[in-house]
Amino acid sequence: MNEIVDGFVQAFSLIISLDPEVLEITARSLLISLAATAVASLVAIPLGGLIHFREFGGKRGLITIIQTLYALPTVVAGLFVFLLLSRAGPLGFLGLLFTPVGMVIGQAVLIIPLLVGMTLVALSGVKRAISDEIVALGATQTQAILTIIREARFAIIGGIILGFGRAISEVGAAMIIGGNIRGYTRVLTTAIALETSMGNIALSIALGMILLGIAMVVTVALFIVQER
Amino acid sequence: MIRFDHVCKRYGEKEVLSNLSFEVREGEVFSLVGPSGTGKTTILRIIAMLDNPSSGTVMVMGKDTRTPDALRVALRRQMGMVFQKPAALRGSVADNVALGLKFRKFPPEDISRRVSEVLDLVGLSGYEGRRTNTLSGGELQRVAIARALAPGPRLLLLDEPTANLDPVATEKIEDLILSLNEKSGITIVLSTHDMAQAQRLSTRIAVVLDRKICQLGNPFQIFYQPVTREVARMVGIDNILAGEIVANEGGLASVDVSGVILHAPSPLDPGTRVTLFVRPEDLFIGKDATAGRSSPRNVLPATILRLIPQGPNTRVTVDAGVRLTGVITRQSCQELGLSPGMTVSVSFKANAVHVVPVEKAG
Repeated sequence: MNEIVDGFVQAFSLIISLDPEVLEITARSLLISLAATAVASLVAIPLGGLIHFREFGGKRGLITIIQTLYALPTVVAGLFVFLLLSRAGPLGFLGLLFTPVGMVIGQAVLIIPLLVGMTLVALSGVKRAISDEIVALGATQTQAILTIIREARFAIIGGIILGFGRAISEVGAAMIIGGNIRGYTRVLTTAIALETSMGNIALSIALGMILLGIAMVVTVALFIVQER
Repeated sequence: MIRFDHVCKRYGEKEVLSNLSFEVREGEVFSLVGPSGTGKTTILRIIAMLDNPSSGTVMVMGKDTRTPDALRVALRRQMGMVFQKPAALRGSVADNVALGLKFRKFPPEDISRRVSEVLDLVGLSGYEGRRTNTLSGGELQRVAIARALAPGPRLLLLDEPTANLDPVATEKIEDLILSLNEKSGITIVLSTHDMAQAQRLSTRIAVVLDRKICQLGNPFQIFYQPVTREVARMVGIDNILAGEIVANEGGLASVDVSGVILHAPSPLDPGTRVTLFVRPEDLFIGKDATAGRSSPRNVLPATILRLIPQGPNTRVTVDAGVRLTGVITRQSCQELGLSPGMTVSVSFKANAVHVVPVEKAG
């Protein structure tokens, strides 16, 4: 019991004193997950648009697969990207394994299905009446698609925020692809896992509180967006 | 301007339009009138190329609507459509009204000027910055009209433009429709279930009943010379009588309606079974047969059955051997001291009777 209390006291002092290692790990976590979210958005939103606006065979099946992948285990995403980036893998020549860029790719792969799915939900939330109005106002197909995406922007942003939340809190892909190298690929989640196993409870608790703080910011942001 | 040629429309098994052919002329106000669910909206959606006919040809501004997308967009850019329940996009009124202009790549300074102009036109000056989700139904309707008008269309399609509006707002929109047509020569196709509105606004009216156009003509033809019972009922002709022509002297026919002989202009020969239509306003009801009237052809003694007040008027139903309904002002009803059971005289001119042979009257 004492150990836990001590841990919290030390954790607070680490955060308040702006411990350089804590700051560095937090900054890296944010940077990698933000980058992953940006990359995933660039891929997922147009992809979601394409699936929504095109009619093709197997569309229903594809959407079901995408929804299944919402629950893609983080270690499986990590394993998949690890195999791609490992020296013997098809993208091994890029030398991205155990680098922050590799981690960005891993987290992006992890959340792309979620973002595609959320984009689909957001676009089907735009009523038929709205798209009729847009077409009747003389929009070309491209103009209509862009206007409908714009109309769905708040719902899409909601999906992006959820995706970021999943990226920053995952540990599987970060560990497998990043390797938890101190000062290079160590992020909040992998650091917590390591420090806990090494008995550095205070540092783990400090990092855990920061992670929770980020989760809270994400939730509040989501709430604000959904209120619009 | 628009030509429908044998157009059918089916949604799955359900046929919504059945072999429709008609033309809308440049510069007219053309009304589609009929109860809801008869295909009026579908006709407008086909003109706007939001729906495709299942068969048949639709020409708009001389172009076949079965054309590649790029040409359809070009064609659509010369029209404006206002839906029965307009939908606004998120954002401000100005954003919404500017949409059609942005699609057409108008320069920004033209857009803001044009937006103010059309908002002014629909009586919403100063509404530019309002969020669309704070608008009332009537305001939204007017924003939708402004949005459709902003790019300066040659053809305006209005689906029940006043169905959700109060009488004052309705009058404003009707004035706007007439002045747009008169001043800018815009061709207007509108749908309405309000016969009186169609009469006020239209150059020509198409009565849409049961997936078909039952009658197409100017308001006088529709209101005074309906071709079928259904049209007659829709345009408020209460007196629909079945009879047979018994004599015809130089175009003035005598018609036997269950024992009562009525006179009406008709070229039809004796022996023809006919339906007679008489507008209630054309019936004269008085104590004395010829009071205030110049020798009406049809004069019948009658007993008052019912008096129903209707705004400033009273509807009088009488038994004159046949049942007839007339409308008189409430004032003259009081002056005459009418009451049920009273004996009166009903008279109307031969010209007030519209005769249709039974085959056509269905």
